[in-house]
Amino acid sequence: MAEAILTATDLVKHYPIKGGVLRRTVGHVKAVDGVSFELLKGETLGIVGESGCGKSTLGRLLMRLEEPTSGSVVFDGVDMYAQRGRAMRKLRRDIQIVFQDPYTSLNPRKTVGDIVGEPFDIHPDVVPKKGRRKAVQDLLDLVGLNPEHINRYPHQFSGGQRQRIGIARGIALNPKVLICDEPVSALDVSVQAQVVNLMEKLQDELGLSYIFIAHDLSVVRHISDRVGVMYLGKMAELGEEDDIYGRPTHPYTQALLSAVPVPDPTLRDKKEQIVLKGDVPSPANPPSGCRFHTRCWKAQDKCKTDIPLLEMRPDGVATHLSACHFAQPREIIETVDVSDQQDEVGNTV
Amino acid sequence: MTTTETTSRRRAKTATGSEYHPQDGLLLEVEDLHVEFHTADGIAKAINGVDFSLNQGETLAILGESGSGKSVTAQAIMGILDMPPAVIPKGQIRYCGQDLLTMPAEQRRKTRGPEISMVFQDALSSLNPVFPVGWQIAEMFRIHRGMNRSDSLERAVKLMQRVQIPAAKERVKAYPHQFSGGMRQRIMIAMAIALDPAVLIADEPTTALDVTVQAQIMALLQELQEERQMGLILITHDLGVVADVADKIAVMYAGRIVERADVYDLYRQPAHPYTKGLLESIPRLDQKGQQLAAIGGLPPNLMHIPQGCAFNPRCKFAQDVCREDRPTLQLVAPGRESACHFAEEVLNG
Amino acid sequence: MTEASTIAVGAEAGAPTGGQADEGRSLASDAWRQLKRNPIFWVSVTLIVLFIVMAAVPQLFTNVDPNAAVLKQARERPNANAWFGRDIQGYDIYARTIYGARASILVGVLTTLVTVVIGVTMGVLAGYYGGWLDSLVSRITDMFFAIPLLLGGILFMSTFPNDENSRYLVVVGKVVLVMAVFGWPSIARLMRSSVLQVKPNDYVQAARALGASPWRIIRSHVMPNALAPVIVVSTINLGVFITVEATLSFLGIGLTPPAVSWGVAISDALVALRTTPHILLFPSLFLSLAVLAFIMLGDAVRDAFDPKSR
Repeated sequence: MAEAILTATDLVKHYPIKGGVLRRTVGHVKAVDGVSFELLKGETLGIVGESGCGKSTLGRLLMRLEEPTSGSVVFDGVDMYAQRGRAMRKLRRDIQIVFQDPYTSLNPRKTVGDIVGEPFDIHPDVVPKKGRRKAVQDLLDLVGLNPEHINRYPHQFSGGQRQRIGIARGIALNPKVLICDEPVSALDVSVQAQVVNLMEKLQDELGLSYIFIAHDLSVVRHISDRVGVMYLGKMAELGEEDDIYGRPTHPYTQALLSAVPVPDPTLRDKKEQIVLKGDVPSPANPPSGCRFHTRCWKAQDKCKTDIPLLEMRPDGVATHLSACHFAQPREIIETVDVSDQQDEVGNTV
Repeated sequence: MTTTETTSRRRAKTATGSEYHPQDGLLLEVEDLHVEFHTADGIAKAINGVDFSLNQGETLAILGESGSGKSVTAQAIMGILDMPPAVIPKGQIRYCGQDLLTMPAEQRRKTRGPEISMVFQDALSSLNPVFPVGWQIAEMFRIHRGMNRSDSLERAVKLMQRVQIPAAKERVKAYPHQFSGGMRQRIMIAMAIALDPAVLIADEPTTALDVTVQAQIMALLQELQEERQMGLILITHDLGVVADVADKIAVMYAGRIVERADVYDLYRQPAHPYTKGLLESIPRLDQKGQQLAAIGGLPPNLMHIPQGCAFNPRCKFAQDVCREDRPTLQLVAPGRESACHFAEEVLNG
Repeated sequence: MTEASTIAVGAEAGAPTGGQADEGRSLASDAWRQLKRNPIFWVSVTLIVLFIVMAAVPQLFTNVDPNAAVLKQARERPNANAWFGRDIQGYDIYARTIYGARASILVGVLTTLVTVVIGVTMGVLAGYYGGWLDSLVSRITDMFFAIPLLLGGILFMSTFPNDENSRYLVVVGKVVLVMAVFGWPSIARLMRSSVLQVKPNDYVQAARALGASPWRIIRSHVMPNALAPVIVVSTINLGVFITVEATLSFLGIGLTPPAVSWGVAISDALVALRTTPHILLFPSLFLSLAVLAFIMLGDAVRDAFDPKSR
């Protein structure tokens, strides 16, 4: 097994809610509430969950765009939150981010050359000044853009092309880890695949490790080696791609998988559909015990009081991490292995 | 028209009789519809000759990416395009045989709600934030049916119960922001079906929602459609949602329908390279080791749609003829229509 | 829904095709293209350039000494000798109106500069750093906001009045000072809200993630994207400052004779309004034109910077 490049331990982020005339803290939004995991070298860890589950906050914590309420992240043997000033800046070279919205992630008043070259301005020792234009053009070429477009402005590009610019900026400093926060969800269907393929190509060529945050379970399955499912600030289930999609043991994962529409009308009536009751509760006032118990069909009294731990639990074949008192494998989707079939399909990037 | 024809009516209407009567179940016919947007930078040809029809109890999915013209088509049918900048130079939209486009404005306005209604993507901005939701639903009855306050409010509660809003009686006085995204979309649906329309247009109704909520909303829409035998037009980019609910599909690209087929046929064997490309480029939840064959290039600029077939610059099948002659939508197999010079090759290959 | 339709169309229309010329098009250059087509912009710019030249080198327009009083020709109507006629002291109105531009333009430009520098700095600090700094700046602006500019000016200038011997620059400086003190809070507020809109953008976060210093982020990401509304409002404010200066001078507490200014001239003209209205007409006309020019320019710039108006 490859070694871990990033280890998050018990990460917590609570946002205070201010209320009343005196702006006193009247409560906390528990966006991330005790999340631990490891990211292995060269792998893609997918993080899925619905809105409000804390997956984006988690991404920002890993980037240290936010300070955690408690918990730690060890990156390559270094305690990230203990770093200051120069040391922190140096650390930032190794861990970079790609944002969701290709329209707000690029400064509209800068040229592509300025945007992709900014990492070199901030870390001038990476590439000597004379070589920067060439370095930027190489990056554009690498992400499939015309290097001659270096003087264009973001609004002259389409959404997919802008996302490529964002990726070029993200990999400019040759990071070890790239955090991708919904990198394809704002893109058109026909363009999504281009960007996903590009990210896979870059991972192979540059040996990157990805944390791929998304709400689209199909895309996450496609790109991830391991997957974590989040619900209301906690990790509900974490395991290999096969564990999560083939043998999910947490009822939430099962419901989530059953709700995803599969583009095949012949499966219409064959598919098992678990329809959950109600909506996701507010993270400001999460349910006691297991956070999923208010919507869970298996919930017992124990679930209302005892918080289930994320532990290795049997899934029928082996064990993987699941946070349910009554973890039980259940096949929701019938997986077809097509890895041998499609060899002749051209990979357009 | 007289009420003696009620036997051929789509269903018994209690409160008011409709003056529109579908012949042989045919509700809506769109013929050679064109829509242009006249902007300072030039003319954007959003829709360039679209034909389709819709029957009672039928679900037609209009599938396309942004800029394909699918939403503009919906707005043209509803008559809510802003003109200017929009111009409809050509075409007919016949509802029960009567052309909506040449109808006097007042008469047309009266079709919105009782005959044709619409559910939008963004429920939050479609609801007025300063009025209670029950009041907004009840308004439909007050305006169109001349009901008094208490009767209309009572009907609103019934509708809210029908769309499965919990504690409808208590929440009828609540404001839009007090509801979750899924609940707001239910309220929008309640308003749309309030006057018992024959045609319901749903424009990306679940795009802004989480996947478990999406499943609930789609189930509700299907249930209501079956119960009331409405014709449903589902505008979406999501191939998964379409596979789950549609009867017929029209695939749009650059303002034209490029393929039209029964849902089962289309997913089994697409007859247009664009449809084929889309199906090959989306990751599937039930497949492992899949390679995504992305469609290269970008959707065209609507101000400069390529000569010949609009898809030719991105098409694997493209030949010289595709760059010169624009293919029209033609029958290529029973029940199959495709606008491609090489439709048979695509269908068989 | 209409917005959705235009966005959908616009998004695709904006997507470039492969063959497009590689011209640099930024928001500023788009705005400039828009401005170039706007006749109001050219009219206002022509007027403003004219007034600025007038303020800088009045000798170009007249070689009459504005302080040369010909008492016996006092109140003369416009004629070939004195194009605008003469006022009650016998001064040449044309010359005095030309020379009067200097005070107005000087006060307007200087005040605008000072308010922009203070306002932008405070606005950026409050908006970007937030916290107690934000509360402090917001409270201060609230306090100043409660006092209207003109009232503040009257209070200050009547507390520290000028006398005959006050030097020209001291007098101008005092007027600038008081207007700047009461004028910067509106710019600061505007800048703060503008910064708050820009700050959550992912490109700002991306720069933070790259380890950029706050100064770098403010300089190259926040300021360029937040400055447009301030530019617009301060152009309009320039016109307002000129009016307030004239009002203060009119009330006799702004610039005072022997300083030549439109406000002073208007004040002097009131005495003889009924018999010789031309004395009032010309300085008022110039004042109105100058104020109008700046406000029109501000409007044109706002339209150009606002993508929605396109």
